[in-house]
Amino acid sequence: MSPALPPDPPSDVEPPGLPGFRSWRAVYVFVLGWFVLVVVFLALFMRIFS
Amino acid sequence: MNVVDWVVLVGTMVGIATYGAWRTRHIRSLNTYLRGHRSTGWGTIGLSVMATQASAITYLSIPGQGFESGIGFVQNYFGLPLALVIVCAVFLPMYRRLGVYTAYEFLGRRFDQKTRLLGAGLFLLQRGLATGVTIYAPAIILSAVLGWRLDLIVVFTGLLVILYTVMGGSEAVSLTHKWQMAVIFCGMMTAVIVLLARLPDGLGFGGAAHVAGALGKLNGVDVSLDPKRRYTLWTGLFGGLFLSLSYFGTDQSQVQRYIAGDSLRESRLGLMFNAMVKIPMQFVILLIGALLFVFYQVIGPPVFFNQAEWQRHARGPDAGPFVEVEARHAVATKDTREAISAWLEARATGDAAAEATTRAAMVDAHRKSTALRAEAKKVLVAADPRAKTKDSDYVFITFILTQLPHGAIGLLVAVMFAAALSSKAAELNALGTTTTIDFWRHLRPLAAADEARNVRVAKRFTALWGVFAVAFALFAGFAENLIEAINILGSIFYGVVLGIFLVAFFLRRVGGNAVFFAAVGAQALVIVMYFSLDIGYLWYNLIGCAACIVLSALLQRLLGSMARVDEPSRR
Repeated sequence: MSPALPPDPPSDVEPPGLPGFRSWRAVYVFVLGWFVLVVVFLALFMRIFS
Repeated sequence: MNVVDWVVLVGTMVGIATYGAWRTRHIRSLNTYLRGHRSTGWGTIGLSVMATQASAITYLSIPGQGFESGIGFVQNYFGLPLALVIVCAVFLPMYRRLGVYTAYEFLGRRFDQKTRLLGAGLFLLQRGLATGVTIYAPAIILSAVLGWRLDLIVVFTGLLVILYTVMGGSEAVSLTHKWQMAVIFCGMMTAVIVLLARLPDGLGFGGAAHVAGALGKLNGVDVSLDPKRRYTLWTGLFGGLFLSLSYFGTDQSQVQRYIAGDSLRESRLGLMFNAMVKIPMQFVILLIGALLFVFYQVIGPPVFFNQAEWQRHARGPDAGPFVEVEARHAVATKDTREAISAWLEARATGDAAAEATTRAAMVDAHRKSTALRAEAKKVLVAADPRAKTKDSDYVFITFILTQLPHGAIGLLVAVMFAAALSSKAAELNALGTTTTIDFWRHLRPLAAADEARNVRVAKRFTALWGVFAVAFALFAGFAENLIEAINILGSIFYGVVLGIFLVAFFLRRVGGNAVFFAAVGAQALVIVMYFSLDIGYLWYNLIGCAACIVLSALLQRLLGSMARVDEPSRR
């Protein structure tokens, strides 16, 4: 039987050290929000020029 | 290319390679050789991750893809931001906490040695083959530019990258990546500026974008559910997510780049930088292709962009069909140019009826011109059945060589070289590291304590993989479209490897035997499906991954119940 994994490290405890972001979760949400904006931009770009 | 181009090209390439080798010449520690300096910051990590992924194929083949099929390929990257968030939140903290050199060491600790060797073996097989294709791409360019023999270029570029990667290991790779990316950014900016400046008066970016859009080159988001379509929002989000997750989370060439950070924070910021920049960057490169399409509609494209191949036949004894199709194509090009002008004029007047009529005429003229390009390819195949008919990889380099000023030509050829060397270096580094850590040290556990010997062995394996890549590249002429060839190869193997890692992270009851046999079964299933079905290749990432996870869970349940049956009989 494989040994059980040790418990996950408290990796989100370390602050990202970025102004305006208190946790890594906030950074991830910001990055995914940026992605949505990029897709919206692409859709608008397509609509405007076709 | 003139003397100025040569000075820029040779100075840039040899300068960066020499700098990398010289700065890292004293490295003796295995940790630094395989992981780089621990003081590496997020900027270096971010650029290194980007340089590893963006090979010469990115800058050579993707503008051609934009020219041929439009910007829809950008959807291939839609899964990347979410994948990088998952890597940051789940994979990266585990790798750093365990202090592993390779991602597959983690599998050994979580499951057993055979699963570790399976993961490492699939990586070596897939990446080892892909590495030959990536070294082939710049060789095509230089072969077209200089008329040199393809095999000689493959050998010389291979030797250059082997030199500094073997000498300085991971540290040399990261150092050179920064400068190579600087060259790439400068070169691509130059190409964009020259392209916009060369657009005819009165067309401009807006006019060119309208023409590209009207001719179907700017469809960046396709919501179709047709599984046969290669690039849609859904293949990008789901297939692309699994492809990116397996590439960034389990491919040692990437893992090695971001575990080098000074802290978890630096590694995460480097990855988040990529999550934000990658899609806009790919969009710009594809847009260059779409604008090149308009540029060539206006100035008149060659009937076949690989002119060396075309002229070889067009100037031969059976030139008749070639001359005939060229003449008809010239007429069609003129008609297209006039139709575009008429449409732009109608748009400017605001006459909706005239705009609709001229637009239909423009689309029709373009369709005829495209049909003649297809006919030209048939003529080529009729003359030489072995001729390569996909000429989109030659579009951007043709523009560079015929439209850019001297100096800029050298810089853009240097871009292709820099991109080729950067991705190649990371791949060789990863192949050498995985062979040393997961195979050699596994077979010779007593040698693990001898650090100097480990570094020597890692250098030898890196050199050996370099020689293998060069040898494979010499026979890689089958690849019709280089970027797709690599992605297809990755999609066949990546899904299963990702499945093994996801089982490791999230199905904690599953043991080594179950996941090992499930992975073997899932890989066989994917290979059989690839050769028997006609579906978009990105789906194989999802299929391989899902099959591995489901089979692992089922096998674990089966093995568990068998163990429970066996237990009373042993008593």
